[in-house]
Amino acid sequence: MAGAAIELRSVTKRFATPKGGVYTAIRDLTMEVAPGEFCAVVGPTGCGKSTTLALISGLERASAGEVLVAGEPVRGIPQGIGYVFQSDAVFPWKTVLGNVAAGPRYHGVSNWDAGKQAKEWIARVGLAGFEDRYPHQLSGGMRKRVGLAQSLINNPRILLMDEPFSALDVQTRTLMENELLSLWAASSASVVFVTHDLEEAIALADRVVVMTAGPGTVKGTFAVDLPRPRNVAEIRFQPRFVQIYEAIWSQLRDEVLVSYERQKHAAAV
Amino acid sequence: MSVRSTLPRSDVSAQGGAPPFGSVGMQDGATQGLASRTAEIAALDADLSARRAQVAQRRRLIIYALRLAFTVLWLGSWELSTRLNWVDPFFVGQPSGVVQRLWTWITEGTALGPLWLQAVVTMQEAVVGFLIGAALGVVFGILLGRIEVMAEVLSPFIKGANAIPRVVLGSLFAVMFGLSLWGKAATAVVLVFFVVFFNAFQGVREVDRNLIANARILGADNRRLTTEIIIPSAMTWILASLHISFGLAIVGAVVGELFGATAGLGQLIYNAGHTFDVNGVFAGMFVLAVLALIAEGLISALENRLVKWRPSRVSGEIPI
Repeated sequence: MAGAAIELRSVTKRFATPKGGVYTAIRDLTMEVAPGEFCAVVGPTGCGKSTTLALISGLERASAGEVLVAGEPVRGIPQGIGYVFQSDAVFPWKTVLGNVAAGPRYHGVSNWDAGKQAKEWIARVGLAGFEDRYPHQLSGGMRKRVGLAQSLINNPRILLMDEPFSALDVQTRTLMENELLSLWAASSASVVFVTHDLEEAIALADRVVVMTAGPGTVKGTFAVDLPRPRNVAEIRFQPRFVQIYEAIWSQLRDEVLVSYERQKHAAAV
Repeated sequence: MSVRSTLPRSDVSAQGGAPPFGSVGMQDGATQGLASRTAEIAALDADLSARRAQVAQRRRLIIYALRLAFTVLWLGSWELSTRLNWVDPFFVGQPSGVVQRLWTWITEGTALGPLWLQAVVTMQEAVVGFLIGAALGVVFGILLGRIEVMAEVLSPFIKGANAIPRVVLGSLFAVMFGLSLWGKAATAVVLVFFVVFFNAFQGVREVDRNLIANARILGADNRRLTTEIIIPSAMTWILASLHISFGLAIVGAVVGELFGATAGLGQLIYNAGHTFDVNGVFAGMFVLAVLALIAEGLISALENRLVKWRPSRVSGEIPI
């Protein structure tokens, strides 16, 4: 498939542990994401979901196998990548405006133009009027919006999201999920959305990839044929949603149990 | 009594059997209730904050009064015990004598010339030493923090140099630079450098990995990464070290003056000691302390300007 936005071919990633051993985070992982596709990755804790994103973004290099973005092997950080982190990654010493304007400025846009673009994006994520605030003056949900605007202003062709909403309360989360969908619909970006929440995955994605317990590899792939535009708050009551949920859960459950047993075992040792 | 008990019933009949939920009347009542409750809470809050301000004010007054009492007790007992000759004022000095000495210094000048000139000389040495030492400390701290090989190669040398009691270098600098300002400034530099260096180094090492990853993804090159992420993040550490190190710069200047000088507060204190003028020693110390406190205030002001992005400890703004 030459047209894939992201391609991972039998990728393995090993880390050296502090004790001198080797830890395999993902093993022989093969998957691809089409241009403009919203792909969710679910799996039990410690299955290498975040590592997968780190490999695509070029922050980490694969120990074996190939990672391709837009058909090119990943060396360094590929052009047109956006990354929304699990924890707060906005810069605490920059104002909201400074944070959002950082991307264009790093790409050589003049301060004036970067500021203008940033103001547009700040309004788009609903933070108009908060330009001069520092992150510590914002709530968790607002900081997440800043992070989203910070990534999206660079017009990424690929948006990587690592459990971006897991720290938010349920109401804020639903709001943010809906906003993400409308922002994504207005762009043509491919999204890889890592989460441990299966409901979130189905509500947002075109396709859900289930990973095995670590070392992670693909266990199964499920198309989500729910119509768009979707309302995240309501879609979970549709019968089709429940069907898909049951189908995926029957696979995911085994992996979660394996991971749980392992953790219990590790704790006992 | 009977009127009151019938009121609700007549109210319901007046609404003419409206459904119990969702009627317009009910909603209006609920909104009104909410509005009045909000107003009530606001009034309570205002009342509470006024009372709290009062308590804080009273507490501050008590603290000031206690400080004054402590000063009176301390200076009074010192003065009294020397007046009554329980201890010999020749050896321990006397507050009134210190004040007198300060007064003569201010009005008639010191043995080395006017008092302000001595203060200027010493502060010059301290400030020059502080600026050079802090700048070197920051630059090397950031360099070694960023370049791991350099840190590994140089670490034993730095640890070794840090282990030396560095004030003894003052004698070396006196030989190298003679009686000029540079001997004292150099002593201050070696004292300031290490404190700032270790803090800057640590500050660079402690930068949140997530922030670095984010900046790199957003397209920051190495230069931007250093100036926009590493340095601001390490700034908290660096500024904390500046507080301690200005005191050390004064120590360096004064110690430098002991190894040979023609003017300065250190020299003044040294002279007073040699002529058994204990009050003079205390007076010199007092002037140094005042200058150090002023400098500390200036550094705090600088700190508040540079790291205004930090949440203030007394939260003025409640996160939404």
